[in-house]
Amino acid sequence: MTAEERDPGLQPERTRLAWRRTTLSCTVVAVLAVKQALHGGATSAAVIALSLSALAWLGFLLVAHRRVQRMGSARPRPLEAAGAITAAACTVALAVFAAAMLF
Amino acid sequence: MNEFVQSLRLWFAPQRIRAEGETPDYRFSLANERTFLAWIRTALALIGGGFAVDQFLPELSWGVRTGLALALLAAGVLCALRAVNHWVRCERAMRRGEDLPVSRFPTLLSVAVAVVALAMVVVVLFGWEGR
Repeated sequence: MTAEERDPGLQPERTRLAWRRTTLSCTVVAVLAVKQALHGGATSAAVIALSLSALAWLGFLLVAHRRVQRMGSARPRPLEAAGAITAAACTVALAVFAAAMLF
Repeated sequence: MNEFVQSLRLWFAPQRIRAEGETPDYRFSLANERTFLAWIRTALALIGGGFAVDQFLPELSWGVRTGLALALLAAGVLCALRAVNHWVRCERAMRRGEDLPVSRFPTLLSVAVAVVALAMVVVVLFGWEGR
């Protein structure tokens, strides 16, 4: 924490909590993915689907964690496009694995 | 369409955003970021719904279940991609001092969710026995 004057509207804190909520949503989806993958027993396809979903979840977690740390400063820098794209890509990846697991 | 290609280029060359205009108040950027995250959560909820349809409605016939699940998953993917696109466009508009972009996506998404919900009601009421 810096001694700089903080925003009275607590914008960095709100943004940090928004990242936390989003990470929580992502975790719920990842848990559903694990349940789906193991539904038909631990076949090799299931294990691959499981690992890919876990990877997407970890990717999201990493972006969120770095961003949450940045929110500790009084005037955080804007979100990098790479962070936004990674977060969205992990979300899309979870959906694609979900679709693949339907068949 | 040309505008879409332009913003797609911005996705992969983020330094172009920085090159334009002036950096807005950091609070505006944070608000834009929270909007982006809200859309990502919406996308995640749709994807979770896709999983849920497949896992918690096992009595439905395979075709109906898979169709509904795929519709929800596709909506989730669209929502996530659109989240990035809208975030980039808002960020650019703020730097240039232009009006924020308007979009008909929220309307389309609500209509799509309403249609899926109606389909669920119909399926659960009348198609429950079908295997």
